[in-house]
Amino acid sequence: MRETLLEISGLNVRFSGARTVHAVNDLSLSLDTGEVLTILGESGSGKSVTLKALLRLLPEKRTAIGGSMKLDGIDVMGLKGRALSDYRGKTVSMIFQEPALALDPVYTIGDQIAEAVRRHTGASRAQAMDVALDMLKRVRIPSAEQRLRNYPHEMSGGMRQRAMVALALACRPRLLLADEPTTALDATVQIQVLLLLRELQKEFGMSIIFVTHDIGVAVEISDRIAVMYAGNIVEEGSAAEIIRDPRHPYTRGLLAANLHDAERGSRLEAIPGSPPPLATKPDHCSFAPRCPHVTPACLKALPPVFRPGPRRRVACVLGERAFTTAQQVPVHEAAQ
Amino acid sequence: MTDQQGTDLNASPDRGGPAQPLVIARALKRYFPIRKGLFGRGKGAVQAVDDVSFTVRKGETLGIVGESGCGKSTTARLLVGLADIDSGDLIFDGDKLGATLTHRELWAGVQMVFQDSYASLNPRMTIEDTIAFGPKMRGVAAKQAHAAARDLLARVGLAPERFAGRYPHELSGGQRQRVNIARALAMRPRLIILDEAVSALDKSVEAQVLNLLADLKAEFGLTYVFISHDLNVVRFISDRIMVMYLGEVVEIGPVESLWKKRAHPYTAALFAAMPSMDPDNRTEVPPLAGDPPNPINPPSGCRFHTRCRFAEEVCATMKPAARPVDGEAAHMAACHVLDPRSGHTMAGAPGLETADA
Ligand SMILES: Nc1ncnc2c1ncn2[C@@H]1O[C@H](COP(=O)(O)OP(=O)(O)OP(=O)(O)O)[C@@H](O)[C@H]1O
Ligand SMILES: Nc1ncnc2c1ncn2[C@@H]1O[C@H](COP(=O)(O)OP(=O)(O)OP(=O)(O)O)[C@@H](O)[C@H]1O
Ligand code: SF4
Ligand code: SF4
Ligand SMILES: [Mg+2]
Ligand SMILES: [Mg+2]
Repeated sequence: MRETLLEISGLNVRFSGARTVHAVNDLSLSLDTGEVLTILGESGSGKSVTLKALLRLLPEKRTAIGGSMKLDGIDVMGLKGRALSDYRGKTVSMIFQEPALALDPVYTIGDQIAEAVRRHTGASRAQAMDVALDMLKRVRIPSAEQRLRNYPHEMSGGMRQRAMVALALACRPRLLLADEPTTALDATVQIQVLLLLRELQKEFGMSIIFVTHDIGVAVEISDRIAVMYAGNIVEEGSAAEIIRDPRHPYTRGLLAANLHDAERGSRLEAIPGSPPPLATKPDHCSFAPRCPHVTPACLKALPPVFRPGPRRRVACVLGERAFTTAQQVPVHEAAQ
Repeated sequence: MTDQQGTDLNASPDRGGPAQPLVIARALKRYFPIRKGLFGRGKGAVQAVDDVSFTVRKGETLGIVGESGCGKSTTARLLVGLADIDSGDLIFDGDKLGATLTHRELWAGVQMVFQDSYASLNPRMTIEDTIAFGPKMRGVAAKQAHAAARDLLARVGLAPERFAGRYPHELSGGQRQRVNIARALAMRPRLIILDEAVSALDKSVEAQVLNLLADLKAEFGLTYVFISHDLNVVRFISDRIMVMYLGEVVEIGPVESLWKKRAHPYTAALFAAMPSMDPDNRTEVPPLAGDPPNPINPPSGCRFHTRCRFAEEVCATMKPAARPVDGEAAHMAACHVLDPRSGHTMAGAPGLETADA
């Protein structure tokens, strides 16, 4: 039985201050209990901001947030005080893209994990330290006893990343937000961490939202994939649907730029142009300036969202035509 | 030293000529002493880089890969002069660091782009100021330095009219990493060490940056040392690949040759761990199990013997020397299997690659 854990509807995030950035624009997303969703997308498309909004981590003064986020019946936007700090860490926790943001340089790894455990479970210092040690072992940090006493700068990048996985999972959250958690890991450790996350996800019955740029990693970890561009999801489907049958012109360009089997020394196929400034809220397709299939309609209004299946969607005027094989655009053409 | 020193604001001059390798690293060693509790004395040391030797030729790209914690970043920091060398020699364009080359002179020729894009940018400077800062410190006129900074921003795909005035926290991770690349380029170095410099970028921007790196290399005759966990990227950009394990070099060779034959069992495991691209055929068993050993007290003999499926008695007792693979002197690996006189029962066998497939 499907049980919805998270329902985001019409999320908007706007940064004000010296300049305005409409970082997230009318984003809607739902996630089931025990489901792993990967967000792929342009650098700067709002992936991290979406995750931070969900964790209520954005600076309140300079950020305007609209829309609703419901997690496990909790109205995330309405949380305050104690309820908010319980929610962070216990209900949802996050592995950050930048270890510098999560790990405090002046405390040892062991102290940081133990402190999180104490705060959320009321365990004693010694019990909490045992949990910390167990977690370091679970994420395969060698000589875990000694590493407990290490400061973050004394670890390699990959070890810091595993320490962050340990910190994030120490309180057994319902939802794990993982922002490029394996980017700093070598292939052998990366696959170990991915298998470990898959295992812990099943064991804890946890859901995961995973952000990565590595399509192979997305394939290894996710049930579903959502593709973001300019602050919104332009395409969503099962991992197989997105990898084998991408329909949105941006998704097709992104997959074509993958240098999986590119010839050495050749020019790589990058999508030409750059993403929109987002100083104003998009009122037409944000991909239009770079899209090989742009039509006048694309510039007049936001593209309709076409839903050929219950959990499959594509936001593009090509709509249904994007799904009829006769109209199917060759991947390479889409990337020109 | 040449008398040009100090008058050339742009770069360190080419001294040794084209045949002189730009970098010769000879038996580099860097240990980090460890603390034991609050009162205990330091006992032992993390053997982060142990007896590492290699060369980087002018105009080539050397890729470095290996397990997290194996010493790639520390090696990089030794090359840039950001970490002290415990023993061994670093020779930059024919001049030995500490003898005929000062740290300052080394810094004029080498730049590094770090793994952690956030930690390496000053949060209180706009990105344009950040990029112009180094050249200004070196005596470039402010106007010129800022014009160059804006030009570089455009070249790394960050339109200056939109991005120049931003602070690091106003950028996404991938945007910050491009600022770091622009900042390194602004110093007009001869060698750039890119430590996980493109791993925060989406595939399309990554393609842009890799194309850009190729252009700049051709334009300015740059040399790169490229550290990355993404083996597809390393294969694409590198001329040669060096594989490290637990502070040591286990294999080094031209890309084509290494891709064809991964002579060292660790290299084979590393390449086999690349993620699957097939949703119906995901990885179920990691190709390399077991914990990475403790770098404070590394295994005897071949450091990989605790996890190697071909390990035999000799592997735990004798350290294998680097030997040519298939008689190709450019491709070397350190494994007893390659040495017919090592006593390893597989020694002289046609190769492990077939055993691995
Ligand atoms: N605190 C902030 N103030 C102003 N702008 C911000 C802030 N944080 C992020 N932005 C902007 O919001 C947009 C979305 O940023 P975000 O970090 O979510 O990108 P991302 O999709 O995670 O990219 P990447 O893949 O590079 O990490 C970017 O244009 C970024 O410059
Ligand atoms: N300042 C330091 N003090 C103590 N130990 C250190 C220090 N810097 C690095 N180390 C240790 O040296 C070893 C090599 O670290 P290094 O950062 O060079 O690895 P790496 O190959 O770059 O790893 P990664 O791929 O995870 O970035 C690790 O065991 C690390 O914990
Ligand atoms: S809506 Fe138009 S411009 Fe946008 S992706 Fe579809 S075809 Fe391209
Ligand atoms: S020397 Fe022995 S343990 Fe080391 S890689 Fe070769 S076979 Fe394996
Ligand atoms: Mg991000
Ligand atoms: Mg490193």
